[in-house]
Amino acid sequence: MMTRTHLDRLENQSVFIFREAYHAFKNIAMPWSMGKDSNVLIWLASKAFFGRVPFPVLHIDTTYEFPEMLEFREWATAHYKLNLIVKINEEARARGVGYETHDPVTVTHELKTVALQQAMAQYKWDALITGIRRDEDPTRAKERYFSKRNAQFEWDYKDQPPEFWGQFATTAADGEHVRVQLLLDWTEVDIWRYIQRENIPIPKMYFAKNGQRYRSLGCSPITKPIASNADTIDAIIAELETTRTSERAGRAQDHHERNAMQKLRAKGFL
Amino acid sequence: MSATRCRSYGQRGFSSCRCCVPTDQKMSKRQSSTKDRTSAIQHPASSGEATLRVVFVGHVDHGKSTLIGRILSDTNSLPEGKLEQVQRACAAENMEFEFAFLLDALLEEQEQNITIDTTQIPFKTAKRNYMIIDAPGHKEFLKNMITGASNADAAVLVIAANEGVQEQSKRHAYLLSLLGVRQFCVVVNKMDLADYSEARFLEIEKKYREFLKTLNLETNVFIPASARFGENITVRSTKMQWHRGPTLAEALDAMTPLAPPIDLPLRLCVQDVYKFDDRRIIAGRIETGTLQVGDELVFSPANKTSIVQSIEHWQPASTAATSPRGNGGMAIAGDSIGITLQEQIFVERGYVASHSKDTPIETNRFHADLFWIARQPARLSHLYTARLATQEVKCQIVSLDEVMDSSSLERNPTKADQLARNEVGRLTIQTRAPIVLDNHDRLPPLGRFVLVDDGMICGGGIIHGGVYTDRSAIKSKNIFWSEGKITAQARATQHGHRGAVVWLTGLSGSGKSTIAQALERELFIRAMHPYVLDGDNVRHGLNSNLGFAPEDRVENIRRVSEVAKLMADAGNVVITAFISPYRADRQRARAIAMEGNAEFIEVFVDAPLEVCEERDPKNLYKKARAGQIREFTGIDAPYESPVDPEIVVQTNQQSVEESVASILERLLPRLK
Repeated sequence: MMTRTHLDRLENQSVFIFREAYHAFKNIAMPWSMGKDSNVLIWLASKAFFGRVPFPVLHIDTTYEFPEMLEFREWATAHYKLNLIVKINEEARARGVGYETHDPVTVTHELKTVALQQAMAQYKWDALITGIRRDEDPTRAKERYFSKRNAQFEWDYKDQPPEFWGQFATTAADGEHVRVQLLLDWTEVDIWRYIQRENIPIPKMYFAKNGQRYRSLGCSPITKPIASNADTIDAIIAELETTRTSERAGRAQDHHERNAMQKLRAKGFL
Repeated sequence: MSATRCRSYGQRGFSSCRCCVPTDQKMSKRQSSTKDRTSAIQHPASSGEATLRVVFVGHVDHGKSTLIGRILSDTNSLPEGKLEQVQRACAAENMEFEFAFLLDALLEEQEQNITIDTTQIPFKTAKRNYMIIDAPGHKEFLKNMITGASNADAAVLVIAANEGVQEQSKRHAYLLSLLGVRQFCVVVNKMDLADYSEARFLEIEKKYREFLKTLNLETNVFIPASARFGENITVRSTKMQWHRGPTLAEALDAMTPLAPPIDLPLRLCVQDVYKFDDRRIIAGRIETGTLQVGDELVFSPANKTSIVQSIEHWQPASTAATSPRGNGGMAIAGDSIGITLQEQIFVERGYVASHSKDTPIETNRFHADLFWIARQPARLSHLYTARLATQEVKCQIVSLDEVMDSSSLERNPTKADQLARNEVGRLTIQTRAPIVLDNHDRLPPLGRFVLVDDGMICGGGIIHGGVYTDRSAIKSKNIFWSEGKITAQARATQHGHRGAVVWLTGLSGSGKSTIAQALERELFIRAMHPYVLDGDNVRHGLNSNLGFAPEDRVENIRRVSEVAKLMADAGNVVITAFISPYRADRQRARAIAMEGNAEFIEVFVDAPLEVCEERDPKNLYKKARAGQIREFTGIDAPYESPVDPEIVVQTNQQSVEESVASILERLLPRLK
């Protein structure tokens, strides 16, 4: 077979980047939200490393997780033989930070970004594999495959390194880390087509039940389902090909205020 | 009006260029057009056809943003309500709507004021999905454009009809040619400002076509258009019925995503060797060509061979039916694969696998055109790291021969010893270890490299002029060079210089021995450690059992090469003075020196045969002419001139002192 499809090319590119990252960094971790993109990452890692995920996966548990997602986490950890690390920002929860009392940007920052910082301080990872995509959000459209964060997790988007010919900026000083973003070129529809082609297990909440489905999955109090009858991947793809609303429209923290996503990301959010 | 700020998208809405051009140039001259475009609305692509990645470039204020905004709008690719939102915002601010604002409005969400980095914007036609790569920013333009355009399938060059071909119209085309983007079309925009004149269009087309020819670029697609009024963008213009060619959308749809280069020779670049279980899997990407189970592979630079036993995939049984990749013992360019080998030879990251009939070049020295993007200029003799595919070697720029003037695009010979940011230089690079490469025009993925300094990518280069040799003629013994306990580095520190082999080649009587001895003296008085190997001290001892038959000559040179390598490893600068008429022998001498990690510098001592025969210091030419000596080089045996020597001296034009001085000038920096 002498031709390759669009999905083959995306897969090849992501596998290539996975292996470059695995070579370049000594101490890698992969945040894993159990969402569809996250599961595609696990799948691509298994392809890159011949059935293994040779680094820990990190679940930042906000304690506001959907029960179905936690169930999926236990199943997938055993299924893929993952080295799972679960991190909760216990300190913030003890202070009473929560959706019941605080705004979503604050909670997201505390329970996700700060929790990630705590895990980074503990495990001293020099690289994080992430599943962000350019089509998700305009601030992500400018990202590089290898994107450095300083010790404060800040992204210097005004002076990004050049990146071409498969050569990446792979160095990080002490305390810094590099985000390796190997799904940048994928779109939401690409992800779904790939899940379909490869038959990748994902949580059932993406599929419509009683006229509703989740298009993007976050914390339960601030993640809203969309009206949809798409109960198969084919139906989801058909739906996405006609919609012109954004994928993260159901995620409250993105819309709490103008440029919320940019503010979250500047502070270290994925 | 130009003092007003648009609430919804800030200052950017006023800017004619999204980078830095004063904002009020453009505001007064237009009236807006948002005429109904429903006929142009495309249904989104639904097939799995590959996305075409198109980079948009053009001179400041030639209407690139307007063009992109118009495409997004006319192909119905904007997020819901975006067009209306921007129109409302304009109305509220009492300003006229422009299509450029659409793009600005999208980008505003990324950065309040100026666009600072490459952005990728998707759109769709009925045929396929597209990704527009927009690389704005003037100071950082080169960095941004290279990042964005290096893997573009195609490019759109925008030229404004009123201003015509400008400096950046030329510079951008040059950079595209350097990056190897070959598929493009030219939009002559703002035809509304040129009265939709065919004559004006043809004038620009002719001028630009002539310029493109100097870059060896060619396109038949020139499109007269007005992005502002939507003429010839997605809808055929009624105002320019003289145009027989396509609209921009038609031109884009006629382009094709880059096909994987399967017809080129195989190059599999090793990323890593994995031993997760009992398999030893060599992982890497096939850059070019195809590979099958059972193929015999040659791994460079070790020059060892083994046969592909398997191509490894991870493909759970449950998915084999839907995924196309579980099948077959064949892989092609673009595939990230893993293989196992029948014979467990040593392989590591950086090795390049090829088929034995078509091997890459292995060298420690190459020529390149290098573009520089770091603030700190590129300097001669500074130690950089070259990365080429998965290889990484230390290297120095040993000569800078020409610098490209980035505005006139003229190549100027230079004596400069550095290359500033945004300049392009033609230069020579010497590596500290063998590097495996191809010429860029033959095999692009192995013909390009980056230079890294302190972890930062500082520049990128395109390799040219490399000489291919028949690898099978050079039999490597595959014996690992065992390093003594004292490292080459330690010896170099103690000696004050590195070891090296300076290989003089040339006809009998060209002046090799004279130059060798003069050079030896010059190095010696600098407290260095030179030593001359020549016929006098080698033929009488080490090689006393050899005659002048062809196989004896080959063996003579082989032994000299080995001795030179050992002496260089001991820290000496070995100067050899042998006719060494065969390229293959000299190539092997280079390979042997490189095995010992010694610098190898080939010096062509060039003088016309008549001059050498006239000199005839040992009366050998006379004897050869008289038939008393057979197979004498230049008379009845060939001399193969070096194709690409490090140094050439012309002894019929240069004195001995001049010759030695020119050698010293190039040699000394390499011994640091």
